Amino acid sequence: MVPDQLKDHPDAAALEAQFAGAVIGGHAEHNEPTLFLDPTRIVDVCRFLKAQGYVRLSGITAVDWSPADPRFEVVYLLHSIQRNVRLRLKCWVSETECEIDSVTSVWRCADWYEREVFDMFGVRFRNHPDLRRILMPNDWEGHPLRKDYPIHGYKYSYQNE
Amino acid sequence: MRETTLHTDTISAQDADQVISPVEPTKGDIGSGRRMILNMGPQHPSTHGVLRVVLELDGETIIKAVPDIGFLHTGIEKECEAKTWQQTVTLTDRVDYLSNLANNLVYALAVEKLIGDMEIPPKAQWMRVMLAELSRLNSHLVWLGTHALDIGAMTVFFYCFREREDILRILEMFSGQRMMTSYIRIGGLALEPPRGWQQAVGKFIRAFPSKVDEYMELLDSNPIWVRRTQGVGFAPLEDLLDLGVSGPMIRAAGVNWDVRKNEPYSSYDKFDFVVPVRQENDVFARYRVRLEEMRQSTRIITQALEGMPEGAFQAEAQHVVLPEREKMKTQMEALIYHFKIVTEGFRVPAGEVYQAVESPRGEIAYYIVSNGTSKAYRVYMRTPSFGNLQAIPALLEGRLLADSIASLGSMDFVLGDVDR
Repeated sequence: MVPDQLKDHPDAAALEAQFAGAVIGGHAEHNEPTLFLDPTRIVDVCRFLKAQGYVRLSGITAVDWSPADPRFEVVYLLHSIQRNVRLRLKCWVSETECEIDSVTSVWRCADWYEREVFDMFGVRFRNHPDLRRILMPNDWEGHPLRKDYPIHGYKYSYQNE
Repeated sequence: MRETTLHTDTISAQDADQVISPVEPTKGDIGSGRRMILNMGPQHPSTHGVLRVVLELDGETIIKAVPDIGFLHTGIEKECEAKTWQQTVTLTDRVDYLSNLANNLVYALAVEKLIGDMEIPPKAQWMRVMLAELSRLNSHLVWLGTHALDIGAMTVFFYCFREREDILRILEMFSGQRMMTSYIRIGGLALEPPRGWQQAVGKFIRAFPSKVDEYMELLDSNPIWVRRTQGVGFAPLEDLLDLGVSGPMIRAAGVNWDVRKNEPYSSYDKFDFVVPVRQENDVFARYRVRLEEMRQSTRIITQALEGMPEGAFQAEAQHVVLPEREKMKTQMEALIYHFKIVTEGFRVPAGEVYQAVESPRGEIAYYIVSNGTSKAYRVYMRTPSFGNLQAIPALLEGRLLADSIASLGSMDFVLGDVDR
């Protein structure tokens, strides 16, 4: 359900009308509207929001809230040039499943953003056309931005060695 | 024409012939449908850093372009989680090493928004604007010089670096560093602006507009430059937006969007400037947009120089900003705050914030999550080069190999900004 702070937000209201139950919470800290979404409906919601003017996807990232469960928060940063507004979407992903639908079919730029999240956090994206590491070498073990990954490492990797 | 199978899943750090397997030519087939794999970078002068693009060619035409990044990944986002809030400023310099002050600024603004109860004095805000514009000039000069060098106009390179040297001297005067300035801190500036900065900036800014005319004359009257840039590197605007491109690239395609105007920060709304927009959407238009941006930056710097407010250069926030040296010798409280800030850093209220700034390359934005401690919980850097680079296949595929150099140059990416 839409929280009181966002009752007047046009997109939150439109989402609630279009996809009942997809919005499970949200807040507007620092005047930045944020919606928590049901992860199974992320693609439909994004497609709908893109039609509402959110043509740009500024980025996708994740936050590791270890040891909480669900552990990962996947964050989508939307932007509408036309309306000059921003919107943040969030989905919780548990460590055991660690998978969410890819939004590459909505915005093509999600390709690299999702690869980065996969590389850094190990969250997998279903139906991603080419899900592989982007910044770390292909044979790297572990996901650097997870909280249980050490800041000082001792391993190195050279491919074809 | 025969189809080639692409094995893009093995593309990273492999030999190029392992990345894409070309079709074996049969007898008498040479020149017709014969594909060739070309490995461009990571050590190629026109990639401006360690970018690797694997190209599949049919004759001179690029059939497929696959960018391969990550060579300069240094884990800055991870390191931000291990440093105190103020220490992280020095890391932001190293992300985009051509426009450090834009990075300093976006980080400082984001953290200040999280802290909330802090009023940045007008002088610091104007100084930030002036320095951010100087670093925009610095970045555009490096871009123009190297871009022209790639296309064969060598003279411009020397002219641009001559002016860039002046800017670096000014930055050194302010911060003591030519490139890794870390001059914009949380709560204001690092130091009081140095004595005589007005003269140094004034001298530079009076001479600079004629220099921009000079570059334009050099390039526009160069028929090679014009023919190698006009009509080259076109991609439909919808594709560019869908691929995450921002900044001068889309302003050269007719989108009037600039974070400085649309979401003003740090007193940009008090300055009079125009956002240059063009419709042609080719390499030439991007060049003209950036050149016009240099002129507008000059205007902003002139206004900042003439109207610079008096007052403090740091906020009145003793729990964040280090106290003056003199106060520490006379006031117990100042000494305690100094000790606390230096040893454990200051705490930032829990919450999350997204702050965008117009960097020379496009929208740079930091998404910062705090859990109420003296270190960031998560710092996500939305860097413009990373977004822009996804447009490489759209700009290169189906075009001539020779044009790829012009197209890549017109994107103006910094690999540090891509890989972080």
